[in-house]
Amino acid sequence: MSATSESLGLEPAIPLSQQGPAPARVVAGFGFWLFLLSDIILFAVLFASYAVLSSAIAGGPAGVELFDKRHVFLETLCLLTSSVTCGFGTLAVARTDARALYLWMLATFALGAAFLWMEVSEFAGMVSLGAGPSHSAFLSSFFALVGTHGLHVTLGLVWLVLMLLQVATLGFQPMVARRFFCFGLFWHALDIVWIGVFSIVYLGAH
Amino acid sequence: MMLSSCGDGVLDPHGPIGLAERLILTDATAVMLAVVIPVIVLTLAFAWWFRAGNQRARYQPDWQYSGRIELIIWAIPALLIAFLGGMAWITSHDLDPPKPLVSKEAAVEIEVVSLDWRWLFIYPSQGIATVNQLTVPVGVPIHFRLTSTSVMNSFFIPQLGSQIYTMPGMTTQLNLQADQAGTYKGLSAQFSGDGFSDMHFALVVTSPAQFQQWLGETRARGGGLNQAVFAELARPSHATEPLSYGQVDPELFNTVASGKIATQWSAEEAR
Amino acid sequence: MFGRLSWAVIPFDQPIIMITVATVGVVLASVLGLVTVKGWWPYLWREWITSVDHKRIGVMYMILALVMLIRGFSDAIMMRTQQALAAGNAAGYLPPEHYDQVFSAHGTIMIFFMAMPFVIGLMNFAVPLQLGVRDVAFPVLNSVSFWLTAAGVLLINLSLFVGEFARTGWLAYPPLSELAYSPGVGVDYYLWSLQISGLGTLLSGINLTTTILKMRAPGMGYRRMPVFCWTALASNLLIVAAFPVLTATFAMLLLDRYCGFHFFTNDLGGSPMMYVSLIWIWGHPEVYILILPAFGVFSEVVATFSGRALFGYRSMVLATMAICVLSFMVWLHHFFTMGAGADVNAFFGIMTMIIAVPTGVKIFNWLFTLYGGRVRFTVPIYWTLGFMVTFVIGGMTGVLMAIPPADFVLHNSLFLIAHFHNVAIGGVVFGVMAGYTYWFPKAFGFKLNERIGKAVFWCWFFGFYLAFMPLYALGLMGATRRMQHYPDLHWQPLMLVALAGAGLILCGIILTGVQLAVSIRARGRNRDLTGDPWNGRTLEWSIPSPPPAWNFTHLPEVDRTDAYWAAKDGSGPALAHATDRPVAAVHVPRNTPTGVFVAFFAVVLGFALIWRIEWLAVIGLIGAAAVGLRQAWQKDREMIITADEVSEFERLNVRKPA
Repeated sequence: MSATSESLGLEPAIPLSQQGPAPARVVAGFGFWLFLLSDIILFAVLFASYAVLSSAIAGGPAGVELFDKRHVFLETLCLLTSSVTCGFGTLAVARTDARALYLWMLATFALGAAFLWMEVSEFAGMVSLGAGPSHSAFLSSFFALVGTHGLHVTLGLVWLVLMLLQVATLGFQPMVARRFFCFGLFWHALDIVWIGVFSIVYLGAH
Repeated sequence: MMLSSCGDGVLDPHGPIGLAERLILTDATAVMLAVVIPVIVLTLAFAWWFRAGNQRARYQPDWQYSGRIELIIWAIPALLIAFLGGMAWITSHDLDPPKPLVSKEAAVEIEVVSLDWRWLFIYPSQGIATVNQLTVPVGVPIHFRLTSTSVMNSFFIPQLGSQIYTMPGMTTQLNLQADQAGTYKGLSAQFSGDGFSDMHFALVVTSPAQFQQWLGETRARGGGLNQAVFAELARPSHATEPLSYGQVDPELFNTVASGKIATQWSAEEAR
Repeated sequence: MFGRLSWAVIPFDQPIIMITVATVGVVLASVLGLVTVKGWWPYLWREWITSVDHKRIGVMYMILALVMLIRGFSDAIMMRTQQALAAGNAAGYLPPEHYDQVFSAHGTIMIFFMAMPFVIGLMNFAVPLQLGVRDVAFPVLNSVSFWLTAAGVLLINLSLFVGEFARTGWLAYPPLSELAYSPGVGVDYYLWSLQISGLGTLLSGINLTTTILKMRAPGMGYRRMPVFCWTALASNLLIVAAFPVLTATFAMLLLDRYCGFHFFTNDLGGSPMMYVSLIWIWGHPEVYILILPAFGVFSEVVATFSGRALFGYRSMVLATMAICVLSFMVWLHHFFTMGAGADVNAFFGIMTMIIAVPTGVKIFNWLFTLYGGRVRFTVPIYWTLGFMVTFVIGGMTGVLMAIPPADFVLHNSLFLIAHFHNVAIGGVVFGVMAGYTYWFPKAFGFKLNERIGKAVFWCWFFGFYLAFMPLYALGLMGATRRMQHYPDLHWQPLMLVALAGAGLILCGIILTGVQLAVSIRARGRNRDLTGDPWNGRTLEWSIPSPPPAWNFTHLPEVDRTDAYWAAKDGSGPALAHATDRPVAAVHVPRNTPTGVFVAFFAVVLGFALIWRIEWLAVIGLIGAAAVGLRQAWQKDREMIITADEVSEFERLNVRKPA
């Protein structure tokens, strides 16, 4: 790239902005980053709404009464570990090592599914206590924020299965590798959002 | 033509708030026109002078930058905006709706509830209420506390000045004053449904003596406004005649403003 | 079985709607019949419907916009007529429950389905050409974006005769838009149609931003990009940042309406004020999404038809990006009267005024581009001069209302309506009409009729002033917006003048259609054989009209702004795509029906959700997913155009020098 020619003492390097259209992998990755940014803004709106409405408990239960910190800690453990396994899976893609890929990604799936299972049981528990989303603005904003994150995790798991099927049927084509890269970005971004969720919603419960 | 027909609007205020706001409108417009008119003239002048057929105009195809011009074209809007920004800061504070008016007179308190689709005015100190007619004494500050029973509206008397939204479950405040006796138009300035265009009310400004007389008459006419009567009043209905109540539940406004008795429309009424 | 759908929801008893539907039905049937009889379906399917070519998609966006202009303008004529008749509390001819739908539809259609598609269409068409590349970053996604917008259009038009539309105004404030006060399907039509097309718009924003930042001809660094591409970048960055806010806010309102949530309800702690804030956090950037590309068009047009470089390129770029950032910091000026307090109001008022500074800078730069130029009075310059004169008035009234106490007496009045139509028509409409005329020969290979084009301009110009200057006056007289009737008889003359203005604009719209027909018939005589009918400056004029699917046979290498102009007058190197180089085969993306099929299922899903038909919604969801999966497994996604085919095209399209 340009750095090499400069360090070799040759004529001034051409800036990246003038090197013409970027390769497909860069273009796909950049586009996906933009999509992730837009998704984070969507979450930002849900966070803002939660902040505004978190005290609007309408005489019903507040967060501090409903949330089980131990439960949330376990969920967090699952999700964050799944990011680690996803990272190793992404490395397997780079090595085109199908077996390692399946192993790490199945672990990612299992951990993600465990997270979802725990979250669904938390929601079901709250609903059975009469603390469903239709009972106050606070509860609406809680279910919407945490539920949207959960929905993203669900879609991520579906995407993961589809990606594994793509590897199985199409092999390690550049197109497939690009998509795995994007999946990895998505999965890690969900982690970051979750950190926001458990900090603001669960640890910040009042 | 334009000036003669704006006899009862924003440019013909009859109170201190409206007068201050009209001054802002005229001064800000004048200052901006001092830039806008030359720009329009120059646009047409440059386009005409530098038309392709004009041999006398000097063609300068590569002149793309001039530091001096750059400085001027950033400076003109910046100075203009600095002036107007200062005006915005000062006047926003001077004319902030909840800010009480300076006066020797004690303010008349009025509680306003926007219904579907008419206006309820409660006089808490006098214990009476009216619908679609607001009577106040001249030269006395009026302190409004406002709320809504269902959807957002906006309480507006163009010739007195500022409007303010009314919102269910919330209380907004407004201070106005009328300096000339007469009848003025009031309306809602925030769309609120099918009967919105009917939300007109009359503001009647009278001498203090006439105001007291009117209070007495209203009390004498009787009729009580409590939560039950209010619930009926709040049902969706179109253009109605002004009403009055000689007696009002003193907690009614606060109960409505707390959002505890928001009006729901039936499926029929919402059609 | 069919949710809330029944024969009773079709408004058989409303003659205006029935006549409209019948007319639309006849026109649609005629067009489809004509296409079938002439055997054009294979061509349309192959070359347009399944096309992933940015030029084709851009044109389709603009056709959609022009069609929706007719629908949105019909609403406008209805409103003006009603207000002209309903003085002295006369009833007029449109009862409130219909009038309320008409003005809601008017705003929604003009912003979302006329202005947005027009602007996105122009950017789609011109940006890759100006950047010297073959297509946008994600061509299939581009097709999906267009068709999702079309899906939104279909849904909103369905609301005309199956059910009803929202009666809440174009932004659907709660509590009025909540189930308690809008129990019908109107608000649901509004929400789903905009959610679906909003997704398309967001994807388009990602697409064009990636294209501009990651795909430019060799040598085209950021400071050598045309100004239109800079404004397109700013606009698309705003789309990526703002549309998620719209999606989230509408999703919350949908959760309130469908699942009993309490984000914005009156009871159990909901906050309608929060909706107002959120929707305008989207809403204000939205108007800059629309105006920035229009500004870009004017920059290109002024420079081209003055025969000289744009004055102050660097400050134009700075001003554009400043507007982009500042547009996120002014939203509260849409509700000064909601009672936020003096400090907050004043802050947002001042921020709003600050945004007028870069806008003013742009006006001055255009002024100084005219200076020292040789101005040719073509139709695009007419629109530009009309814009410069008109927009500054609209900007002035905007800055006026940015002073909170001034807004206290003008908020929601006809003065406000006059202001935003002043900037929307004088800015956005004039801009897209200029762009339409400017790039038409590039897209189709022949020019539009100049004389009729000038007539169109004058109709819009005088029509605008006639229609909206009275509204400024009426606002000052105390007239508020959205009145179905009003008591003051002495407002009526001004309302009649406004109606006359609308009539004049209608003439302009009709003449646009006439111009198209006349120009198509005369296309043999007006053919552009040079590819450069205006003596342009930017790269799109260096290729044939219409361009081949692959745009540039050799990717141009540029070393400055306006590289094509420099190559023409010899002050710069010849563009590296001269025909003396050896021709190579070209890869272009293959057509795909993914876009149109996804949109089809989106319509099914939207319609099913609106009418609460669960099984149909599931079908829509599964169908859309299936189409996506098919595309995901598509291996054969490129088509090779052989070197021979390319050479043949070049041989047939040797350009006569300009």
